[in-house]
Amino acid sequence: MGGYAFFVWGSYLVAFIAIAGEVMLLCRRKQSLKQAGLALEDIGKHEETS
Amino acid sequence: MRSSKVNWYKYASPVNFYPVAGRLIPWFAVPAATLFILGLYQSFFVAPTDFQQGEVYRIIFIHVPAAWMGMFLYLLLAFYAGIGWAFNARLSSMMASSLAPTGAMFTFLSLVTGALWGKPTWGTYWAWDARMTSTLILMFLYIGFISLQAAIDDRRRADRAGAVLALVGVINIPIIYFSVQWWNTLHQGATIRLLNKPTMAAPMLRAMFIMLAACWLYSIAVVLYRLRCIILERELGTARVAAANPQLAQLPQKGVI
Repeated sequence: MGGYAFFVWGSYLVAFIAIAGEVMLLCRRKQSLKQAGLALEDIGKHEETS
Repeated sequence: MRSSKVNWYKYASPVNFYPVAGRLIPWFAVPAATLFILGLYQSFFVAPTDFQQGEVYRIIFIHVPAAWMGMFLYLLLAFYAGIGWAFNARLSSMMASSLAPTGAMFTFLSLVTGALWGKPTWGTYWAWDARMTSTLILMFLYIGFISLQAAIDDRRRADRAGAVLALVGVINIPIIYFSVQWWNTLHQGATIRLLNKPTMAAPMLRAMFIMLAACWLYSIAVVLYRLRCIILERELGTARVAAANPQLAQLPQKGVI
């Protein structure tokens, strides 16, 4: 990277961490809702059949 | 003859929109992942080296899409917050709450990647120039919106307070965009303009637009996913959901991210 590897790879590493972190936190939020009781998909199925 | 009109207004109800959002998510998530891979390939293996900045310019392929997404998502957030406030539309307010963390993430990314670009290019990680300062203010607006909503227990009051903050902060977006024209700033001017030819080579432009499209599709998928979580957390009070699912009374009431 012409001597700029730290800056270029650093930028993409931060981007990867930010995006992966957001997705992981969302999955964790969904997991806590699931663990509290019902699967999320059951809400959708209930709405489609009613 | 039976009327075949679809009652679209029913999808303004969070409970009715919930399964629609679930069906839409894969249609945005899969293309987003594909475009990210394609965009990264274009950015590193197809786009040529810049004659002035060398290889460090490749940060542009993540910095510019992140900056644009930070601004676009804030405009969307303010729009939905305003609609939710004006029409008492719960789903719109939920959408605004769902947009905020993703917009904050992209704004944070644009600040960090901008700093990493600034050090080798301008010799400094940060300068208090118009664009960088107004983008930092945008970051504070996002944090303020999320914090304000989290601090108020009553959901309707939280939505209204957030809407006021969001709408007042909208003035910052044109300030960010036009700052490079209005002031003598360190930050370079726009390379892509609506009415003029871009000053960028075609392969570079192609890589940037692919990355921008990937960021858009990713944002839609993530915002819809978060919206579904918010709908579940907030709509436990509706008789329809509670009666069908008594276990949901045990669910946590509020998440942030």
